[in-house]
Amino acid sequence: MYLAGMGSTAAMLVGIPGMGHAIAPERALETVDVALKKQLADVALNAARSQGATYTDVRIGRYLNQFVVTREDKVQNIVNTESYGLGVRVIANGGWGFAATDKMQKDDIAKAAALAVSIAKENSRLLTERVQLAPQKGYGEVSWKAPIEKNAFEVPIKEKVDLLLGVNDAALKGGANYINSFLFMVNEQKYFASSDGSYIDQDIHRIWPTFFITKIDAATGKFETRNALSAPMGMGYEYLNPRPQDKIKGITTLYKGRYDMLEDAKDAARQATEKITAKSVEPGKYDLILDPSHLWLTIHESTGHPTELDRVLGYEANFAGTSFLTLDKWQSKKFNYGSKLVNIMADKTQVGSLGAVGYDDEGVQCGKWDVIKDGILVNYQAIRDQAHIVNLNASQGCCYADNWSSVQFQRMANISLQPGKEKKSIDDMIKGVKKGIYIIGDGSFSIDQQRYNFQFGGQLFYEIKDGKIVGMLKDVAYQSNTQEFWNSCVEIADESDYRLGGSFFDGKGQPPQSSAVSHGSATTRFNGVNVINTARKIG
Amino acid sequence: MPILTKDESNALLKKVLSYSKADECEVNLNGTDSSNVRYARNAVSTSGSISQTSLVVSSAFGKKVGVATINEFDDASLQKVVLRAEELARLAPENPEFVSFLGPQTYGPSATFVDATAKATPAIRADLVGQSLATAKASKMVAAGYFEDITGFAAMMNTKGLFAYNTSTNVNFSITARTEDEKGSGYATRGYNDITKLDTKKATQIACDKGLRSATAKAIEPGKYTVILEPAAAAVLLENIFFGLDARQADEGRSFLSQPGGKTRMGEKLVDERVNIYSDPQNPDLPTSPWTGDGRAQEKVSWIEKGVVKNLTFSRYWAEKKGVKAIPGPDGVIMDGGTKSIEELIKGTKKGILVTRLWYIRPVDPQTLLLTGLTRDGTFYIENGEIKFPVKNFRFNESPVIMLNNLEELGKVERTVSVESNTNYLIPPMKIRDFTFSSLSDAV
Repeated sequence: MYLAGMGSTAAMLVGIPGMGHAIAPERALETVDVALKKQLADVALNAARSQGATYTDVRIGRYLNQFVVTREDKVQNIVNTESYGLGVRVIANGGWGFAATDKMQKDDIAKAAALAVSIAKENSRLLTERVQLAPQKGYGEVSWKAPIEKNAFEVPIKEKVDLLLGVNDAALKGGANYINSFLFMVNEQKYFASSDGSYIDQDIHRIWPTFFITKIDAATGKFETRNALSAPMGMGYEYLNPRPQDKIKGITTLYKGRYDMLEDAKDAARQATEKITAKSVEPGKYDLILDPSHLWLTIHESTGHPTELDRVLGYEANFAGTSFLTLDKWQSKKFNYGSKLVNIMADKTQVGSLGAVGYDDEGVQCGKWDVIKDGILVNYQAIRDQAHIVNLNASQGCCYADNWSSVQFQRMANISLQPGKEKKSIDDMIKGVKKGIYIIGDGSFSIDQQRYNFQFGGQLFYEIKDGKIVGMLKDVAYQSNTQEFWNSCVEIADESDYRLGGSFFDGKGQPPQSSAVSHGSATTRFNGVNVINTARKIG
Repeated sequence: MPILTKDESNALLKKVLSYSKADECEVNLNGTDSSNVRYARNAVSTSGSISQTSLVVSSAFGKKVGVATINEFDDASLQKVVLRAEELARLAPENPEFVSFLGPQTYGPSATFVDATAKATPAIRADLVGQSLATAKASKMVAAGYFEDITGFAAMMNTKGLFAYNTSTNVNFSITARTEDEKGSGYATRGYNDITKLDTKKATQIACDKGLRSATAKAIEPGKYTVILEPAAAAVLLENIFFGLDARQADEGRSFLSQPGGKTRMGEKLVDERVNIYSDPQNPDLPTSPWTGDGRAQEKVSWIEKGVVKNLTFSRYWAEKKGVKAIPGPDGVIMDGGTKSIEELIKGTKKGILVTRLWYIRPVDPQTLLLTGLTRDGTFYIENGEIKFPVKNFRFNESPVIMLNNLEELGKVERTVSVESNTNYLIPPMKIRDFTFSSLSDAV
């Protein structure tokens, strides 16, 4: 549906359902024995079958989070959370049922499985058609681990605190009035078993360092903010060890596979100050040069969501909405989603991405596929009970649940714009723009429930005149229509500029679930986009 | 999971505290049983039941604090969790903003638990959803909806002698009815503590009627219009004011309530003088917990009175620093209204737009509380006191502060649920002049 905003006081994170419970840090290094997980999973599989389930899958999840939360010279919170339990999903009388429990005794697990079957049977009278699952072979006992270099949960708390307080100090010395900085670390230890004969053990890691800086102009009482240009990544703590080859130097430093939080904080403090006196944008049509730290969000909202098959079919109509990319547009094989330069791929295997896993949450091995090819809509993102609708004989592996206590459903794969084939740098692109704006970082975002009309802000806006950056702008947001926007795409930088952005908190479903997803791109130009001025006055 | 009684909770929490060796210790116990049914394309899609309990121990040595949680309740586990919290506290850096736990408090009565809701069964849920589906099918509409009921309890105790206990039930229902040709869409949402108040058939009929009437909408020029916002539409805008009442943000100069020179808008007129916004945990139509997670009592608080900012929310730390009462943020918010129905508000409107629902609300500028978002699921053009025709959806860019200064009229208060935050409110429909629609959307 949409991305949940992250509040500036992260103390509230502890209360978010699905964030789990607080635990001592050393417990994060424990794992649950795979033989025990298999035993418990078999209890649920057998109990469900004996109650009349025709298909069952079981997920035993241990979800670990660590949050380090600071502001200025203070550590506000260090929270370690763990959530451990089991979710069992069944098909009985042709319909789905689900139950979850954190009581991990065999009797309790068998009861949960029986409850799932009874729910499926109760609701089967409200079905119009029976669930059709794409065939899936069992993989036997297999495992997958994220290829990280340094487990963030093994890094001492002190090292993390020192990093953040150093970042805060640099920002304050650089002129910021306030800074909130955060490290979020996630480890999903997931075990999946199904009546198809799969027993899949997976270990997934994610990390997100970020900050928010505020600069206040004492004279006017006006304030400006600048958020970090980091990306949440499917990586270990190595993401925070900067390397020169991962920096793109320009009007501000941009980051590839590693992030220099200290350098970014210094840049941010200077830029927040510069924003106070920056020129308020003149509304009108501009050519936009969009950095990957910004464009990921536009891709997420305008390509990622409308190509989700559950939205297309109406399963999200009551909340997240449906999609303008209806089946007839896909069937026509000529729906002009974007210009010929626009090639967008779904990829559940991309190393370092948030969505990378070996197998999805219904036991399907993951892969990659074209979604938009040379500007034409060619495919969606599907799971097992939808595959037949788009003539696929197997799921594309897009099933995910954010916790053992949540039922799995179709979630977005990493959806990325492929880089340009010709050699082209950011500077080459700016040179060609007569009247434009170069936008870096993600800001305000909003899109309608069928993904036509959107509005995006950003962190940094630079005015381009006659091929040169002439100064900073503020109060900028652009509005467009998805198809019109992607058809105005005229230039994409080459592979050397390709970077990932993403979100920990893509929200969808009822009850709402969060999913983490990455979107890659190189710097891209869009011509003649409508820019509005967002400055207002109150009081 | 059984919902523990007050006595059972008290005994369990006392036992946990008996293991504590810290300077101070506070324990929170929470449990919920929740069940949901989701449907789309006129059939049930997913449904489930989730049972969870957790015990959170916070231990402090001076200003060093550690937090640990467990979901097992045998003696050994309880001893282990206390020990872990104490280990973490010893490892933690000092938090200069830590405020010693509260002593015993007095709380008002609670009306948040309704037995009928706690006794809901899979069959009752299936019946309620079945009525909604049958209503939609009878209107030849395609329904997608969500039903959820939650029964929970919460208890806390600390070494300063504080003990608090509450039970609660909630039922939330929402329904979107779309025409078969996908040219019309209508919506309704309901939230109650008492499941017997929920009429899924009636709510579904409203969504169906809206959906049918909204089909084949006409495009009209974006711009400034008089709008009538139904409570569900007004709630998602106004809650940005409610969530932004933090005194510290205002004092620090980074809120719409900040003024130059470190001053705030506290005590100043912010919006139209007909605006009265308050919270009251004892309100029979919107009962909320009489205490907060840190043990503070929730009392009746006026936030905006006759357009003037009367109170801000304070953390205990910021209140101590400022030497004022630490008023916690509200769990439910009430805005006074008038006596007119939505139909009567329409009757008195020469030219305007009726908005059923707003969607994807995001802040654009925190200093003016400028928000953007779109209309959805039933937007209509009003002329000379009548709905003339459905209109295409708009994107808006508007601040709820500016909006409440452009207030024309308030209607009769209703309980509604925010689709953005899932929070329940008592809010009237409202007529607002010069509401800024900035572009058109093709979305239905």
